[in-house]
Amino acid sequence: MTTIGIPKEIYPDERRVAATPASVQKLLKLGYEVLVQSGAGEPAHYDDEAYINAGAAIAVDAPALWSQADFILKVRAPMENAMLNRHEVDMMKQGAGLASYIWPAQTPELLEKFAAKGATVFAIDSLPRISRAQKMDALSAMANVAGYRAVIEAANHFGRFFTGQVTAAGKVPPAKIMVIGAGVAGLAAVGTANSMGAIVRAFDTRLEVKEQVESMGAEFLELDFGDEDGSGGGGYAKQMSDEFIKAEMALFAEQAKEVDIIITTALIPGRPAPKLITAEMVAAMKPGSVIVDLASERGGNCELTEPGKVAVHHDVSIIGYTDLPSRMAKVSSDLYASNLTHLMSDLTPEKDGQPSVDMEDTVIRGLTVVHDGEVTWPPPKVEVAVNAPPPPSTEEPSPKGKKAKGEPSVIGRWLGKGLLLLVTVLALLGIGTYAPPSFLTHFTVFVLACFIGWQVIWNVTASLHTPLMSVTNAISGIIVIGALLHLAQSESGAVGIMAFIAVLIATINVAGGFRVTHRMLKMFRR
Amino acid sequence: MSPGIVSVAYVVASILFILSLGGLSHQESARRGNYYGVAGILIAVGVTIANVGTGDMVAILVAIVLGSIIGIFLANRVEMTQMPQLVALLHSFVGLAAVLVGFSGYIEPLIVTHGAEHTIKLVEIFLGIFIGAVTFTGSLIACGKLDGRVSSKALTLPGRHLMNLVALAITVALGIMFVGADSHWAGLLALIIMTIIASVLGVHLIMAIGGADMPVVVSMLNSYSGWAAASIGFMLGNDLLIVTGALVGSSGAILSYIMCRAMNRSFISVILGGFGQTTSSSSALTGDESVQETSIDELAEELLSSDSVIIVPGYGMAVAQAQNAVGDITKLLREKGITVRFGIHPVAGRLPGHMNVLLAEAHVPYDIVLEMDEINEDFPSTDVVLVIGANDTVNPAAAEDPGSPIAGMPVLEVWKSRQVVILKRGMATGYSGVENPLFYKDNTRMLFGDAKETVDKLLSALRS
Repeated sequence: MTTIGIPKEIYPDERRVAATPASVQKLLKLGYEVLVQSGAGEPAHYDDEAYINAGAAIAVDAPALWSQADFILKVRAPMENAMLNRHEVDMMKQGAGLASYIWPAQTPELLEKFAAKGATVFAIDSLPRISRAQKMDALSAMANVAGYRAVIEAANHFGRFFTGQVTAAGKVPPAKIMVIGAGVAGLAAVGTANSMGAIVRAFDTRLEVKEQVESMGAEFLELDFGDEDGSGGGGYAKQMSDEFIKAEMALFAEQAKEVDIIITTALIPGRPAPKLITAEMVAAMKPGSVIVDLASERGGNCELTEPGKVAVHHDVSIIGYTDLPSRMAKVSSDLYASNLTHLMSDLTPEKDGQPSVDMEDTVIRGLTVVHDGEVTWPPPKVEVAVNAPPPPSTEEPSPKGKKAKGEPSVIGRWLGKGLLLLVTVLALLGIGTYAPPSFLTHFTVFVLACFIGWQVIWNVTASLHTPLMSVTNAISGIIVIGALLHLAQSESGAVGIMAFIAVLIATINVAGGFRVTHRMLKMFRR
Repeated sequence: MSPGIVSVAYVVASILFILSLGGLSHQESARRGNYYGVAGILIAVGVTIANVGTGDMVAILVAIVLGSIIGIFLANRVEMTQMPQLVALLHSFVGLAAVLVGFSGYIEPLIVTHGAEHTIKLVEIFLGIFIGAVTFTGSLIACGKLDGRVSSKALTLPGRHLMNLVALAITVALGIMFVGADSHWAGLLALIIMTIIASVLGVHLIMAIGGADMPVVVSMLNSYSGWAAASIGFMLGNDLLIVTGALVGSSGAILSYIMCRAMNRSFISVILGGFGQTTSSSSALTGDESVQETSIDELAEELLSSDSVIIVPGYGMAVAQAQNAVGDITKLLREKGITVRFGIHPVAGRLPGHMNVLLAEAHVPYDIVLEMDEINEDFPSTDVVLVIGANDTVNPAAAEDPGSPIAGMPVLEVWKSRQVVILKRGMATGYSGVENPLFYKDNTRMLFGDAKETVDKLLSALRS
């Protein structure tokens, strides 16, 4: 039996937790046992009792947890525990598993440490961004929270309404907000600011996001710059050319004078955050303006950002909090825990509490940075353009293919029709020539009745097809007439019995058919 | 009673039948249409009895009274979800009656005929009995399949087309023997053998057709029962039977045609059966695709916060008898000002118009129950689509994947809405055996479980 351990986060101000009571229940269903460090969920408002009720066991302290767990789920990458004076990895069981943020590109020495432990490590931040993996996409889930919170923080430091108002005391202009980088966080910020009534503009080097930006209610700022597109692999942005950056900076400088709030979310994978807002731009902003720098943990998009703090320069508040998701610990924990649960569920297809690592699976391959003590990072590159426009769903097959398929059948259909016509003509000729007049009268009636039926039935609405069927069925019980004639004039017992049965069942048909039709029709009402 | 009066009465009955079918074209006039039909039958039977007057009145009255009582009893007792079975069962009665009347007509002809007329009459008898026998056993099997007593899977025996052809050839040969038979007994023997072969043929034909093609089968059998009545009419020289048989026959044929068109398949391919055996899908879905599940509470919230909801019911709703709870949900949401409509695929269920009847039973107003063509354009502007027990009729592969076995079949384009929630028992494929890529779409959520239970829980979640 594998025990999943949920340690308490030791990173300063980290309030999230890697499992919630709800996710614990799901993990139990996958066949795992769950051990939660006492107080792990406290900052996210989940107390130990809630975990116990969900079916988890509680470990008294960190060493107890790390030494018992076979698989660790956590938020931040393992780090030196200052209180115990031990690194978290050192407390880990030999050969255990771990899933958390790792940032493998920045932390090669951490990977070595894992390898020495013979561990298997999943870096949730290295998830390949393909649709199938979206349910585990913690980066997006957290970015969504961060984007929302960025607007809330901005509003908190901004001295005006977001929405424009005309009041008895005078007119209040709406706030103008520029969002740089229209990833998940940027879009969330755009949506939140827009719903609070601000005028929102957004910029992104990737032209493909224009539609998304506009759909969230913002204006997309475009550079008049040929067709250089900043889409890198896997839905991320790439480094742009120098001329492009120049033009971009000019746009920002111009916008800085005009807007009240700037929210920056620009990140390029594996590099420090690009510096987009210079000190001069900050100085050019109106007093009381606010900048929220979501990239502050990676150096910040603004030159004056101080990670983790609110800096005030030139009467502009520059918010450099690095813990925006953590400031909404409850929802962030819920989402993150659910991401990890999906990961565990993919790792245990048999629901037997035994994680199995399928290195053929591109998603699992991408996540796995250390496998059984061997560093497997970086993974082979996955080429999927997630943001490529989906092909139109009701696409006509290419005219060529259609024609090739269609041609023989057209000839066949004409042949068939011709044959049918010929047979009909011949049959009619035959009947006309040989059939006695009495038959012909009946035949005329028959053909005419067929046509009447044909004409009448086409008008029946689809919703009445069942009543139609039961009524025609009842009417076809008219065969009772034939049976009656035979029964009335039967000479032998055999015919009498046959005719009797025929009358009986035909009457059942008539009575039952009309009755059930009546019942059905009574139910139809407007 | 003079023959003239009888003829006139038959004409009146024929007109009443035509009015009856015409009346069913709209909900407003449908009930009146049914009464026209009843009046037509009453006139026809009354006049016939009065005309034969001197005959065995006791037996006639006993048969009619007994038959009416049984019929009305059956019709009162049947659940709306069992409607398809009942209709199929009633078809078999017509088939059997045709067989019996045909035999009676051969043994004791009511009209004496000679020469060519006699030959034609013999052909009519033969045809009437043949169609009647196929209808009889075929309908019984269809009834069994609909009722679940017979496996609804298509039974495909090796060389089944050949077997059917051989059966047909023997029938034709027997027919020639029958027409040329010099003694009464030889003719009777040929008739009996043919009846047995036709009965087996009826069983075999319908066994080979899978459960979801039943709308076509039932309407086809409906058509057959009409043709059987028409041939008996020819045999008796009775115009009323001919007219009525022709009406019923052509109406059934049109219904079958409509159903086939809705599945984009030819009538022949449906009748030849065996569909649904090919489980391989040409669009090889990568096996590790996964679905996203949702919960009752999430769905309830989703529904309450939306402006426009479309419910797409399928056979699964009928099986689970969830229509009443669905009706209650509809009412609840409409009271909260949410637009709720139903999208019905022409072949949803096991009978043409099956879903409409079930929804009517659940007091869903018929003007919010729309056909596929009426509602397909509205999906992009819809917030939530609730798919209850439908699968193939909402399969995007039909529209998107030209290699799919159901390619070209018109489907409800639910995936164009903002969010699709699918209520389903498990991940099994639909009747066609084709994988449904809809389940893996980003805007699709699955809610597994029995439709009735899920819908009931949803209802209480919406109420709270």
